Amino acid sequence: MTPILLTPLDIAVAASLIILDAGLSIWLKLRLHRQIAVAAARMVVQLVAIGYVLRFIFSLNHPAVTLLLVLVMVLVAAREVAARPERRFRGHANLAIGFVSVGFATFVTAVLALTTAIRPQPWFDPHFAVPLAGIILGNVLNSASLSLDSLLGSVRRERLAIEARLSLGHTYREAIAPLVREAIRRGLLPIINQMSAAGIVTLPGIMTGQILAGLDPLEAVKYQILLMFLLSGGSGLSALAVSYLAAWRLTDERERLRLDRLS
Amino acid sequence: MQPALIVKELRSKLAGPFQLTLGVGDCAAITGSSGSGKSLFLRMIADLDPHDGRVWLHGKERAAMPAPEWRKQATYVSAESGWWADIVIDHFAAGRRNEAAALAARLGLRADVLDAPVAQLSTGEKQRLSLLRALLLSPPVLLLDEPTGPLDEESVARVEALLRERMATGTSIILVTHDPSQAERLGHQRYRMLAGCLETP
Repeated sequence: MTPILLTPLDIAVAASLIILDAGLSIWLKLRLHRQIAVAAARMVVQLVAIGYVLRFIFSLNHPAVTLLLVLVMVLVAAREVAARPERRFRGHANLAIGFVSVGFATFVTAVLALTTAIRPQPWFDPHFAVPLAGIILGNVLNSASLSLDSLLGSVRRERLAIEARLSLGHTYREAIAPLVREAIRRGLLPIINQMSAAGIVTLPGIMTGQILAGLDPLEAVKYQILLMFLLSGGSGLSALAVSYLAAWRLTDERERLRLDRLS
Repeated sequence: MQPALIVKELRSKLAGPFQLTLGVGDCAAITGSSGSGKSLFLRMIADLDPHDGRVWLHGKERAAMPAPEWRKQATYVSAESGWWADIVIDHFAAGRRNEAAALAARLGLRADVLDAPVAQLSTGEKQRLSLLRALLLSPPVLLLDEPTGPLDEESVARVEALLRERMATGTSIILVTHDPSQAERLGHQRYRMLAGCLETP
């Protein structure tokens, strides 16, 4: 079965639903019609642009170019991780921690999948590497920002408790351990929810997309299962990396709690 | 006799420089208005904030010791106590229950306080328990930040009696207090903190 290709007219018909939203906003005085129009326009421009970029990069089929694109994606994700928490490190530490943890988790899981499970020829074929990195990044970004937010929030709340332990001669590692554990836990919750609900509450996006594109449901399910495993691995790695990096950045060689490094 | 604690040129951006020499079993009492740097001084000695300067304990320099080891020797008890577990007893090392209970009784704490949830303690109870936590380690130097701040008269007397006993057995104390008469009662040396500098009154 071949995918059913869309014509511009098909899309134009669907776009009338946006007009409906805007009309609703005007009628109910929601004052959202402007935002709806801007968001819809942004979405179309961004997606068309990335479509051309991907087509171009697929045609080049050069590993260095693919790597560059993935690095840019990681950098944008790292910026999101860095911007999310209410409390941040001074300087560029937030961005650096986000970049290292998100990049590390994405790279490890994507390369594992490309070299063992999916095995395109060559393994870095951008048709597979770029979308895979994108899906993993989206999830890893979520975990990393939840973990970082949890750690930086709790470390301020628990300052007295941590310093009480340090004062009594506990090591920084012992004093910060409960907070690191909680941060990693927070980062893992979304993927656990996603796995528990998959197939019952939600039909996961990749599977839906592949079924729409004409793939047999069971083949699509296999892909989705593989993907869920990849995502949980990526989430775990990024939550772990971001929590330990942030905890390490919050101390110094004399095992102090350095809240002065937060803004 | 060799002094217990020597503090030289201790300073940060916010306070100092501080010099201090404290004999074995002596108490240096520091008074001064809020925000003058009294707590900062104690925290610097305990090495809890970044700063410059050197400290020796019985001739051994602080920089030569790992930080946790140092803090077991010069133990800081903050004015506002911190707790990391739900139940009081979980904040003490295993097997120290009897000693903790004996000290708690001497400080006038109720008998079941060790098994109470921290959330149900009064400020005064927490303050005495956090002092007790430090006393159990028997550090040669205690850095006490308003240990009797929220306490009633009788409890203050109990705490002071216990501290005197510790001094008699060789513990040196730096005591920050808002109460000038307490400084007079306990302090062998007396200082006033004024805008980040120690002065003798």
